[in-house]
Amino acid sequence: MKICCLVKEVPDAAVQKRINPETKRLDRSGEKNLNPFDTHAIEAAMQLKEGGDVEVDEIVAVTMGPDSAVRALHKAVALGADRSLHLTDGALEGSDVAATGYALAKLLESESPDLVLLGQQSDDGECYTIGAVVADHLKMPSLTQVIKMDAAGGKLTLERQAEYGYDTVEVELPAVISVGDAINEPRYPSLKAIMGAKKKPLDTKSTADVGIEADRVGEGGSRTAVLEINPPPAKESGEIIEDEDTNETVEKIVAWLDERKLI
Amino acid sequence: MAGILVYTLHNDEGKFNNNSLGALSEASKLAAELGTEASALVVGDVADDAAASLGAYGVKTVYRAKDVPEGLAQPIVDAMAKVMTDNEISYALFGGGLLGFEIGAGLTARLNAGVTMEVTAVKVQDGKLVAERPVLQDSAIVDVGYVSEPGIIIGRLNAFDLNETGGTATVEDVAVELSEFSSKAKMVTRGEQRGEDVNIEDADVLVGGGRGLGKAENFELAEQLAESMGGAVAATRAVVDAGWYPYAAQIGQTGKTVAPKVYLALGISGAIQHKVGMQNSEAIVAINKDQNAPIFEFCDLGVVGDLHKIVPKLTEAIKAKKAG
Ligand SMILES: Cc1cc2nc3c(=O)[nH]c(=O)nc-3n(C[C@H](O)[C@H](O)[C@H](O)COP(=O)(O)OP(=O)(O)OC[C@H]3O[C@@H](n4cnc5c(N)ncnc54)[C@H](O)[C@@H]3O)c2cc1C
Ligand SMILES: Nc1ncnc2c1ncn2[C@@H]1O[C@H](COP(=O)(O)O)[C@@H](O)[C@H]1O
Repeated sequence: MKICCLVKEVPDAAVQKRINPETKRLDRSGEKNLNPFDTHAIEAAMQLKEGGDVEVDEIVAVTMGPDSAVRALHKAVALGADRSLHLTDGALEGSDVAATGYALAKLLESESPDLVLLGQQSDDGECYTIGAVVADHLKMPSLTQVIKMDAAGGKLTLERQAEYGYDTVEVELPAVISVGDAINEPRYPSLKAIMGAKKKPLDTKSTADVGIEADRVGEGGSRTAVLEINPPPAKESGEIIEDEDTNETVEKIVAWLDERKLI
Repeated sequence: MAGILVYTLHNDEGKFNNNSLGALSEASKLAAELGTEASALVVGDVADDAAASLGAYGVKTVYRAKDVPEGLAQPIVDAMAKVMTDNEISYALFGGGLLGFEIGAGLTARLNAGVTMEVTAVKVQDGKLVAERPVLQDSAIVDVGYVSEPGIIIGRLNAFDLNETGGTATVEDVAVELSEFSSKAKMVTRGEQRGEDVNIEDADVLVGGGRGLGKAENFELAEQLAESMGGAVAATRAVVDAGWYPYAAQIGQTGKTVAPKVYLALGISGAIQHKVGMQNSEAIVAINKDQNAPIFEFCDLGVVGDLHKIVPKLTEAIKAKKAG
């Protein structure tokens, strides 16, 4: 079977993220990295491949983003993907969730995957929704926040936590599954894999290549518009103690609690 | 087009979800401002009087799709899409949780609609709804408008207050033809409770344990601290998923909502999905070794340090204080 893993390039966790007040989009300057949540999707694909319950022919890393996003693809390949696919086109800039999900679905359609895996959330956008948008366009069953996945006989047995506790769900393939970060412990890439990543096949596609209708993507094709950006309501900041001498720290905590009659 | 449709989730015992009821209240209020009506959609085996009782939150019509199963998103997308299209409804509103994210997202694709998630407030501007959404770890709030209808609004947990105004709704049964792919996911078991049943909602003092505890056994540190203060122990999803602590003790988006007198967070980063379940605690104390942890943005007393060093001594000091 063929597994496509959706991966995204995001600002590094250490970078102070902010919104550009002019474009009203996330300021994407500074260090970037592979979305950490997506490493769990690649690891899940690798475990299916190595597990032996199903035959995995190839794992394809798939992204939509500017030129720089190839670095996320290289990292995905270093983690185990066999090749990668990059949708990049100026026409896609400013796409909202609806437009991004549509574009990714068209891109995936060109691959006819048996399984699409995603991360639970992008570290910058934090929408939690791309998986379910893509699934509806592809007319495939789907589940998000999955923390256990077993494959056998053309179907997956999945577990995830929802509003009332843990659900166990059986899903027929092909399917779109976003995995939670508790599903596995992603491996570190070997030095050899990192060195070899740039040599693995990478296909670049434009919107026209995969039949994306121009008026459904980009800022013009988006169904939402950011009207205003405001700071959150001011809140008195808390008191911060650095623990240098633990006995002293503890004294301070106890005094703080005692003052408020919490002990 | 007009109107707002709210998906109203219920559990296997037939109890409606509080966040859905909050969304109903919010939709009714917004509909009045827009000069239109709010309605609800329920799926599965919901009794006549139970469905009609949703009128107490201000909705006039309850659409009931009896043959659509509860609990998985895609069949409900089919139902929502049908009701919205047949009745030319302008907006779909979901309370916080998990299913609303999945259904709202599916609906986005199905109806080529705009979607905003993690919404904390909705307002009416020029006869249209505008959603307020905190972004970037709540460091900014964006106002999101919809350039076309329908628009989809997915609330953050506890964003919308319950408001019972009284009244009953008309129940209208709808026959929904499921998409072929909607029946390719099947619920095997729903809402399994993992671990023992513990009570965290009635405690005045809650000690929350997160991944920073390091391993399941270290929850003892949290338990001893809680005991010294006469409180209970709560947990994050990360540690519940890892099997370190019972699900019944989980706070947050897919767990419980609490508001104790004091919440002591040990090794908890303060992710939004945890914050939404405990931010109304009267006092929040956090011990975390990472000074950049988001929890330091919203706690009242933050201690930057190693919990393994601090907590045992803190427990002893509190015991001594009480004894003295
Ligand atoms: C749809 C959805 C629903 C969710 N629902 C929930 C929910 O209901 N409840 C919930 O809690 N989460 C929920 N989450 C998960 C949430 O996003 C976070 O992943 C989770 O809350 C993190 O748990 P944590 O703080 O224990 O772990 P981490 O985020 O890993 O944080 C551990 C912290 O411990 C600190 N630490 C490590 N070692 C030490 C030490 N020795 N001393 C002091 N500090 C230390 C670290 O600095 C770090 O800040 C949900 C996520 C999604 C996407
Ligand atoms: N531009 C993109 N290209 C590829 N995958 C993406 C993109 N945006 C989001 N994703 C995938 O969707 C998941 C959820 O993202 P989100 O819905 O934005 O929180 C991520 O973990 C990625 O796997």
